[in-house]
Amino acid sequence: MRAADAFVRALEKEGVEVVFGIPGGAILEIYDALYDSNIKHITTRHEQGATHAADGYARASGKVGVAFATSGPGATNTVTGIANAYMDSSPIVVFTGQVARSLIGNDAFQEADITGITMPITKHNYLVTDPKKLLRIVKEAFHIASTGRPGPVLVDIPKDVSQADIEFDYPSKIELMGYKPKYEGHPMQIKKAAELIMKSERPIILAGGGVKIANANKELTELAETIPAFVVTTLMGKGSISEYHPLCLGFVGMHGSKYANYALSESDLIIAVGCRFSDRTIGNTALFAPDAKIIHIDIDPAEIGKNVRVDVPIVGDAKRILSQLIKVIQYKQRKEWEEKVREWREKFPLKYSKQGFKPQYVIEKACEFFPDAIITTEVGQNQMWAAQFFKVKHPRQFISSGGLGTMGFGFPAAMGAKVACPDREVIDIAGDGSFLMNIQELATCVHYEIPVKVFILNNGYLGMVRQWQQLFYKERYSATCIGCEKVSFEKIANGFGALGITVEKASEVESALRIVKENKDVPVVVDFRVDFQANVFPMVPPGKGLKDIIEGE
Amino acid sequence: MKYTIAVLVENKPGVLARVASLFRRRGFNIESLTVGTTEREDLSRMTIVVNGDEKVLEQVTKQLNKLIEVIKVSDVTMNSVERELCLIRVNSPPEKRGEIIELTNIFRGRIVDVAKDSFIIEITGDEDKINAFIDLMRIYGIKEVARTGKVAMVRGGRNSEK
Ligand SMILES: Cc1ncc(C[n+]2csc(CCOP(=O)(O)OP(=O)(O)O)c2C)c(N)n1
Ligand SMILES: [Mg+2]
Repeated sequence: MRAADAFVRALEKEGVEVVFGIPGGAILEIYDALYDSNIKHITTRHEQGATHAADGYARASGKVGVAFATSGPGATNTVTGIANAYMDSSPIVVFTGQVARSLIGNDAFQEADITGITMPITKHNYLVTDPKKLLRIVKEAFHIASTGRPGPVLVDIPKDVSQADIEFDYPSKIELMGYKPKYEGHPMQIKKAAELIMKSERPIILAGGGVKIANANKELTELAETIPAFVVTTLMGKGSISEYHPLCLGFVGMHGSKYANYALSESDLIIAVGCRFSDRTIGNTALFAPDAKIIHIDIDPAEIGKNVRVDVPIVGDAKRILSQLIKVIQYKQRKEWEEKVREWREKFPLKYSKQGFKPQYVIEKACEFFPDAIITTEVGQNQMWAAQFFKVKHPRQFISSGGLGTMGFGFPAAMGAKVACPDREVIDIAGDGSFLMNIQELATCVHYEIPVKVFILNNGYLGMVRQWQQLFYKERYSATCIGCEKVSFEKIANGFGALGITVEKASEVESALRIVKENKDVPVVVDFRVDFQANVFPMVPPGKGLKDIIEGE
Repeated sequence: MKYTIAVLVENKPGVLARVASLFRRRGFNIESLTVGTTEREDLSRMTIVVNGDEKVLEQVTKQLNKLIEVIKVSDVTMNSVERELCLIRVNSPPEKRGEIIELTNIFRGRIVDVAKDSFIIEITGDEDKINAFIDLMRIYGIKEVARTGKVAMVRGGRNSEK
């Protein structure tokens, strides 16, 4: 059988339903084989869009996302998407075409050393040099991407490999000598953790992206209720517990609420689950939660002790560990602590000025109109307002580029999420700058009838950078004005064949959202022309501790 | 502090590049790195000497373990036999030859090449011994030094990998 045909059959065996990509010379054979398959292919308009879409698909569904690209420029265009998936531990497999084996190393037409380029941003990658190993590598790629701490895997397939003749002999199981993720938490460690919890007077749970990856939301909520402990989340952990739950304090870190940051800082025990204590979450490490002991539950041993000292590490799968932990702890009331947190909560709510047309208002209204929608975000102020004001109920409801902070992620990710969950409303909360970075995918959405919604918080600026210039660079606004108030996103949307709406003032927001609701089956772009001076507050200034959080207008 | 770690890896193309790339990306400092085959055809062994504190060692170990093709990482800094081989080309004017030969013998080295006015000396041992010998040779004028980097094995009956 032609290797390309065997390859596509292998994808079918892996349960792949959809692939995002763009064909080209080196991967033609595989596209030819795909022609006979039931696997749906979505031709994106840029390979970055394909990788982000695969990533969004993976995050929304929990399944592995798949992207194809040709050699050379096709492959290099996937790099940002791969790095993005790597930083946020998202399971995607990227297959790239490569020039024929005999040409590798000769600087042949459209040759790029994509395995070399992506080495530090993949969980693993392969150059297939022997057609007989192709199917085994496919099996390994899906296995590695989706197990342990998930991440992107790239497989580079030379053209003559895909043309070769091989047997279809797909392995049902594989053993990798050097890859054996540990899922069971050590019983001794769980016991130690339970002891710390029972002793603690001010416990708090810090939930990261690992909670949803492990599908441990139910267990996390149960743990919080059993202790009981308040829960703060990282940006990636948003939705680990319903944000309507009375114990949920929302997200912490640079732009988290003051009360969440205070609670984390003043706690005497942090139960961290599936998070990596990034600088955006904990501020200055030296000033971080001085009184707290730390229990760190993570599947990746390398995360333990990397950024903060840990008292009780537990390596393994969050779902299993939490369900065991729940069994060995008892409810204990901690009145004083509860009171204190309630006080902070009442005293320092998230707030914003209601004058003029504020971006935060748009988010609040979007949340009111579409409480169950999957939200993706771009990067910048839009992302932080979305995180602050869109309260999510469900685990995989909030999808954002946390680690890499990739402008241009949200829209193609929304597309991927919508393909994964066609019955859910999917909204990209966008900035004008970010949306322009992958706006070409509007053509894809229209062509394949993928009715995602884009809400642009159009402030005419690279707003988050402008905010830093205002606060920390003496208002010297170097290169951040992008003048998007002169751009008609409505007309652009129309030009692509999508619906466009322009909203000039706060009083028009509700009627616009009603129109969005009525147009369930078409892609819609809403251009909210918000006040450009709005800033994201509160804020932990860079280099400061979480308790140094400042408020602003 | 210097740590010596033994890394058992799959014998596949690209593994060295992966390990080197990891050290570069994470900012770990490699003092020396050697690779060679082992008792098993499908496995190679790297001996890496890394500079840093305990925290660095812990991260190096954990990050190496994350590489799919890395099978086992062991710290062999303590209680191990360490060897390095060194070739030295040193000036040997006729009146100094006797002295140099004698020193070489004391260090259990061997003269492996003799030219009109220079020797190549081979010497094996741990790092301190080789450093000491090189120091001694300086007065004669060293023309060239090539060191292999260190290999190491834990003392006693069990494999370093276990
Ligand atoms: C690809 C990329 N380039 C540059 C940046 C740096 N950056 C961070 S936020 C930001 C501004 C984003 O502007 P916009 O999308 O309009 O969002 P706003 O902050 O105005 O809501 C920039 C340029 C980035 N995060 N990603
Ligand atoms: Mg903007």
